[in-house]
Formats: sequence, structure tokens, C-alpha cells
Amino acid sequence: MNEAWIIVLKRDLLLAFRRRSDVATTLFFFLIVSSLFPLGIGPEAAVLSSIAPGVLWVAALLAGMISLTRLFAADFSDGSLEQMLIAPQPLALLVLAKVLAHWIVCGLPVVLLAPLIGLQYALPNDALLVLVLSLLLGTPALSLIGAIGAALTLGVRGSGLLVALLVLPLYIPVLIFGAGAVAASQHGMSAQAHLSLLAACSLLSLVLAPLATAAALRISVE
Amino acid sequence: MLMAQGLACLRGDRLLFKNVGFELSAGGLMYVLGENGSGKSSLLRLLCGLLTPEEGTVFWHGQAIKQNAEIYQSNLTYIGHLNGLKDDLTALENLQISARLAGNEVNQEEALNSLAAIGIARCANLPVGVLSQGQKRRVALARLWLSRSKLWVLDEPFAALDTASVEVLAARLSEHMSNGGMTIITTHQDVVINAQSTQTLRLSA
Repeated sequence: MNEAWIIVLKRDLLLAFRRRSDVATTLFFFLIVSSLFPLGIGPEAAVLSSIAPGVLWVAALLAGMISLTRLFAADFSDGSLEQMLIAPQPLALLVLAKVLAHWIVCGLPVVLLAPLIGLQYALPNDALLVLVLSLLLGTPALSLIGAIGAALTLGVRGSGLLVALLVLPLYIPVLIFGAGAVAASQHGMSAQAHLSLLAACSLLSLVLAPLATAAALRISVE
Repeated sequence: MLMAQGLACLRGDRLLFKNVGFELSAGGLMYVLGENGSGKSSLLRLLCGLLTPEEGTVFWHGQAIKQNAEIYQSNLTYIGHLNGLKDDLTALENLQISARLAGNEVNQEEALNSLAAIGIARCANLPVGVLSQGQKRRVALARLWLSRSKLWVLDEPFAALDTASVEVLAARLSEHMSNGGMTIITTHQDVVINAQSTQTLRLSA
């Protein structure tokens, strides 16, 4: 009985696998947005590496953003969300499974791709490492917080833009600590403080976001 | 036993119904009748706990369903007008996932048998997206052969079904009631379902 969340996780991963093109769009979006900056700004290594932390984090943030509207929309329109709501399981747990699947599909590939992009920006090795670490700690918070916005805008017209307006301001702390961690290591300082704060953001949203999302889903389905 | 008292439902600022009450005991069948837009589906969603009533309470064995949501929900199977199927998954996968999510552990053979019972075993390994409306409905309804819940709430289960499937489903519903189950159903079709007791709830605007 307690395995219901594993069923939801497996289901969402299987669905993502069957619809690989959806996953690819997110990744290519991240790839293209972050490649536009070096092309626009020019090849000067000093300039590129100084804007790299902010640009890469914003690109990761936007990439996670565009896939958010899909998180609950399909389940809502085909009725499987109703079935989850009346399943004899805590809804927050099922929500957590869905968010985890979203992170594995949309967040993790960005984390893995980031060092490759970082090379374009002439980032030194230790800064690349911190970049990966900061994304690894920070992107779960993005998925978790984003889920609240996705649940609140369910079934609303033009929900894509609305999610952005709702969620992007909430992403600001994650962005500051994430980009800050990379910048700190570039300047030869320890990134530990920033990384700890990022982990704290993720842990806090791990506790609160599923509950808020579950409540928002119940309201949206009414 | 399911009991409802003084239910009222408000959609937007329109009152769909008020003062709806009934009692349904083991082996009982209840038809919910009414014109289009009279609030039949809303009443069913309300009984499932998907909607919160404006007034009134629904009781399961004497306890309000909101208080004891998990026990109530493990006794409930709801099939609404949406099928709850994923177009990219096969009929078999869909059926197994939805049954497991409802807390029924099923193996592949049981799932195949229930697809066969409603006559779509040959579609078992096809993605649901390629099936016709009636076939999709049958995949959703196949859950009823796996369900161990006491209370079934079915919204227009016979819509889009062919005559043969209607009879098979009616027989399954009769079997459920003879085992002491309860069913609440909306339908516009004349179908003979046997139950230990039958009642009708008419909603009027």
C-alpha cells in the first residue's frame, strides 16, 4: 500500500520515456539559451567567465520553468488526477513522486549538461565542480516550488505565462545562492556557505511544497 | 453504509441542488436521474469527496467522509466521465497502474482476465491513444473486475458502449450487489440491474 508513490514515479518516468521529444525540448532550450550569450557577447574569456554563473543559473531556471506547465496538466485533462485525489494514499506523497519524476527528467539532465556548457564560458575546473554541485542542490527546490505554481494555475487559460509570473519571484533566493556559489569559487573563496543555504532551500521546500501543492490541487480540481 | 444529509451544491453562483439526502445500505443500488445540467455529476463528485458541499455532510458507516478520508477512499471506486487513462501507455499498463493506485495489488494475469471479461483482451498491448472512444471506456471499466471496494460510483458507465458490453457490465454490477456491494449510478439508458434494493434520486433544477 505504501508503494503507491513508487507506482506514480514509475508511471511518470515511463510516460516521459514514451514521449522523449518533450524531454529533449527542455534540454535543447537550456543548451541554446546558454549558447546564445557567448555568441552575442563575443569570445573574451574574462567577460564570459564573469557572467557565467548568473547566465547558466538563469538558463537552468527557465528550462525547468517551461516544462512545469506539463507537470499536472495532462493528468488533469484525462482524469487521472481525480483518481490520484481519491486514492487511499496521502496526496502529498503522490505529489512528491510526480515532482521527483519531473526533476529526474528535467532537472538532472541540466545538471549533467552544465559542465559542458561551462566550458564555453571558460570556467576553471573548480568553478565547474561548484556549478554542478550548486545545480544538484538547487534544482530540486526549483521543481518543488514550481509544482505549487503549476497546481495553482491548473485549468486556467494562459497558464504558461501565469506560472512564470507566480514562480519566478520565488526562485530568486535559489538563484542568488546558486550563482553566488559559483562566483565565490571563481574569486578563490569558499562556496560552502552558499551551498549550505541552497541545500537549506531545497530541504525547506521538500517539507512544505508537497503539502501546499496537494492543497492547491484539491482547490483546482473543484 | 453510505448516508447523505442536506447536501447542497453551488457552482459559481448557481445553486444546482439543495437538501439532497439518502441512505444506501449493503446490496443497494441508487440511480441518480435528472436533466442535463441538473448536477448529477457534481453530486457524484461530491460523494467521492472531490467537491466540498456548500451544506450538508456525507457519512460512511456513521463517520463523516472528510474525517476518515483514507478508510472511505479505500472502499470507493469512482469512474467519472473522464476515463483517467494515459494515451501513451497500453491498456494493460493503464489498468494495472490504476488498480494499484487504488490499493489493489494485481498481477498481469488478473489484469488480462478483466480486460477479457469486457471483451477487449486483444487490445491489451496497444497504446490507449489508438483505441476508439468505446474501447477506451471499456479499458476504464475493466477496473470494476479488479476492484475490491464496497462502494462504486459510476458516472454514465453505459455511454459509448455497444449492446453486448452493456449487458456484460450490467451483469457485473448485479454480481457486485449480490456480494453486498453498493452502487450509485447515473444513466440515460434502460438497463436491467439486479440489486437487493433499488432506489431513485431525482435532481430537479
